[in-house]
Amino acid sequence: MSSTALRQPIEPAPRAQPTPALDIENLDVVYRTRGRDMQVLRGISFSIAPGESYGLVGESGCGKSTAALAALSALPRNGFVRGGSVRVAGQTLASLDATALRRLRAEQISMVYQDAGRALNPSLTIFRQMAEVFELLAQPADRAADLRALCTTMLNRVQISSPDRVLDAYPHQLSGGMLQRVIIAMALAKEPSLLVLDEPTTALDATVEAEVLDLVATLRREFSTAILFISHNIGVIERMCDRVGVLYAGSLVETGPTAQLLRRPMHPYTMRLLRCLPTPGRSKATARLDTIKGFLPPPGAIIPGCVFADRCDLADTICHTTPPPEHTIATHASRCHHWQRATEQPLTATETPIPTANHSHDIVLRGTNISKTFQIGTRSLHAVTDVSFSLREGETLGIVGESGSGKTTLARLLLGLLNPDPGSIIELAGQPAAGHAAARSQDQQKALQIVFQNPDSALNRSHTVRHLIGRALARLAGLSGATRTARLTELIHAVRLTDRHLGMRPRQLSGGLKQRVAIARAFAGNPKIVICDEPTSALDVSVQAAILNLLADLQARENTSYVFISHDLGVVRYLSDRIAVLYLGRIMEIGPAEAVFEGPHHPYTEALLSSIPTPFNESNTTQTTRIRLHGDIPSALNPPTGCVFHTRCPRKLGPICETTEPAPETINDHTIACHIPRNQLGKRP
Amino acid sequence: MRARLIPMLAQRLGLALVTLLLLSMVVFAGAQLLPGNVGRAILGPLADPVAVAALNHKLGTDLPVPEQYWIWISHFVTGNMGISYTYRTPVAPFVIAALLNSLKLAAVAFVIVVPLSIAGGVYAAMHARTWIDKTISIAGLSMTVIPEFVSSIILILILGIWLRWLPITATAPRHADVLDQIDHLILPALPLVFILFGYIARMARAGTIDALDADYTRTATLKGLPPGVVIRRHVLRNALLPTITVVATQVGYLVGGLVIVETLFRYQGIGSLILTAARAKDFPMLEGGILTIGIVYVLVTMLADIALVMLNPRLRDGGR
Repeated sequence: MSSTALRQPIEPAPRAQPTPALDIENLDVVYRTRGRDMQVLRGISFSIAPGESYGLVGESGCGKSTAALAALSALPRNGFVRGGSVRVAGQTLASLDATALRRLRAEQISMVYQDAGRALNPSLTIFRQMAEVFELLAQPADRAADLRALCTTMLNRVQISSPDRVLDAYPHQLSGGMLQRVIIAMALAKEPSLLVLDEPTTALDATVEAEVLDLVATLRREFSTAILFISHNIGVIERMCDRVGVLYAGSLVETGPTAQLLRRPMHPYTMRLLRCLPTPGRSKATARLDTIKGFLPPPGAIIPGCVFADRCDLADTICHTTPPPEHTIATHASRCHHWQRATEQPLTATETPIPTANHSHDIVLRGTNISKTFQIGTRSLHAVTDVSFSLREGETLGIVGESGSGKTTLARLLLGLLNPDPGSIIELAGQPAAGHAAARSQDQQKALQIVFQNPDSALNRSHTVRHLIGRALARLAGLSGATRTARLTELIHAVRLTDRHLGMRPRQLSGGLKQRVAIARAFAGNPKIVICDEPTSALDVSVQAAILNLLADLQARENTSYVFISHDLGVVRYLSDRIAVLYLGRIMEIGPAEAVFEGPHHPYTEALLSSIPTPFNESNTTQTTRIRLHGDIPSALNPPTGCVFHTRCPRKLGPICETTEPAPETINDHTIACHIPRNQLGKRP
Repeated sequence: MRARLIPMLAQRLGLALVTLLLLSMVVFAGAQLLPGNVGRAILGPLADPVAVAALNHKLGTDLPVPEQYWIWISHFVTGNMGISYTYRTPVAPFVIAALLNSLKLAAVAFVIVVPLSIAGGVYAAMHARTWIDKTISIAGLSMTVIPEFVSSIILILILGIWLRWLPITATAPRHADVLDQIDHLILPALPLVFILFGYIARMARAGTIDALDADYTRTATLKGLPPGVVIRRHVLRNALLPTITVVATQVGYLVGGLVIVETLFRYQGIGSLILTAARAKDFPMLEGGILTIGIVYVLVTMLADIALVMLNPRLRDGGR
């Protein structure tokens, strides 16, 4: 078992008899840009048996989506297959003519991609678009009534309770989760032999994601469809896939059964990827997150040896000169010269834990009964209702909740970008702050800064990094001349950028580097509080890890407080000292991070926690049962009476939940608003 | 859905009326700014000052400006555009006849240019970045930048005088039938086609490229639909929405900007009417003509807005 079996290329691996649903062999794909071929897939091979689920993981730019599109012969105009073959249900795609390819697409393969809102035609009804799928099948249903019945049945199968309303709707009238279900229904309507899912839940909230994943898992059993599942989220892959392939720079560096591959990686890249994750139990107080040094090689780079050699700690001469052969143990294969040592590599981040911030007891920000009502015509939308909290110096308050829970509105209220309702009190360092930023004192304005989710839209693309940060220094810190230059250099180094970056413009920087610029700009005026609104959700895990480390370091150094907004509970747990759980603009639960994560929990928090897909780590082997929240978050225009969560609550007591709003109860600084007595509330292991 | 359509229409209509009111004020004020005494201008430099004053009084030009404006606009809305200083007869029949002529010319130009430029733009988009695309785009752009008076003369020389394919005057003989009238209008319409082709084709091309690259088009292709259905049902429907707006704004240009072409081809349209009126300081005629063009422009833009809303379900709901 421990001996190395070098796989002979001539001898095919023993496979089950039936034809694979998808069989990719030695596939080379290039993108042609300005007359040059850029190689994006480098001889990848894998196959998926009927009914099997195969995952592809890797960071953005590794070629995951290209592999998916190649499997459907749907590469972009400038993409070409330069070698190897793709067979779907036994048919070689390259040998099919246009009609045969259409037949294959109409009957055998389906694809679901990330943004459901864009995957549907905005000017046709759902019915028209779904009906097309049935019209193309071998025995077309001719009459409109038949088509409608078929569509209704299919929507019922994806658990849409009011199919008629959905069929007559246009895409923009439905929520993201609903649209993704419609797309899945359309994809499965033809009962395909292969279903390709490209990041199908990345754009969805945690609870909706869990629901969609459950649905795919159920349907997969019902339809016995083979699945190619593409995701950058290892937790999702772990939950959904039998086998998994790790893609790096267009090469399949490791393949194997999911559980085995994630628990005992045989490739340094896989190992590094797993270490980047803010997994349960990790927090800024205990350990720095690991990162991957360096950058992905640019597309089209000519790599003589191992694709990962430049970023690998185990790399030696042979790695830079000779492509590693595939080492296989049973069904687990790795392309690494040093595969036996893959798990032994040292941590890249310094072993020293992050020095902890000096928690004083000074409260830097206090909100009391903050509410915000928007008037929409004659109706009022209660975006934020009676939110109270306090934030101490050097502390992080994490804010979690689904989209529509009021997270971002709260951030805008704190910043003074929106005027709160009368009666709301925001205090900065003990001094009441005006609702509108323009009415606040200059010190108060400087004290609060923000880092946005999308640095692309937050940074003026026509200015250089020097100008962007320099201007912030001039305006917020009032610096000029030599002192400004000195502080600029200091800031740049603090966010781990180099002087080389100063002359660059945002478009020349990667997402992670842009976010560093945005962070440097936020810190320019020595703010007391920085509001981070989903700062890492657009970034890859390795870049996310680096940004989280950076935020933790800056906090320790400057004693800054954070209000950290995210839908990713792992990320919130890593950085937060206190956590507030928001639902429909109200705080359901607030308390110290450990207490919120350990329980007892508010039923909503419990459901959120249960919906995080957790990748394997050494200790965690038991999968806890998931709590499903049904339906979408209700509209804030017409919030439910009583406890606002009662419409979706799995532990609803009865009429009291519908009539009486529960009073928040605080025990040991841990506040929960629920009618269920504290000792009967759930606790997750 | 339908319920939201009515307030939307009412709102557009209200805005259109406000626009026209402002336009009428600007036009009237503009005419007031032109130098000269109206009575003097009509009767000539040698006329008796008493006769000039009497005429001014008769025409009402000695009244305060707001009062003059009120008289003019309150008559205008009833269809009375005043009396022409030059012809001493009501303005309205002149304006309406000229407008009808201009609309005929514009219609011929439109019937040629709209299908041609949309087809050209869509075809270019489907062959984006090939020589076909480049030829269509460069040709369209070149034609757009040639002024009408240059292209008109070249076209007259080639099609009218050298090849003798088309008549060189725009006005057909008195009792000519419809086909003959159209035949006379083709040559004057061509310079307009040249100007508009590049513009509309570029919009159609850009819209089509966006729609071709959109995820929903990929969804349609991956469903296994034949390419013709994908283009008709999924691409064009979304691609041509922005083009409709462009086409509509061009109607305004066509009706108002025909001065050069109408003059060159000696055609009695509203452009040449306004030019003549301005030269003769015939203010009622000038004001009536300009405001009429304004009304046509506002009406067409409004119709285009409504068409856009009907075709686009997201706008039909009042947006989200």
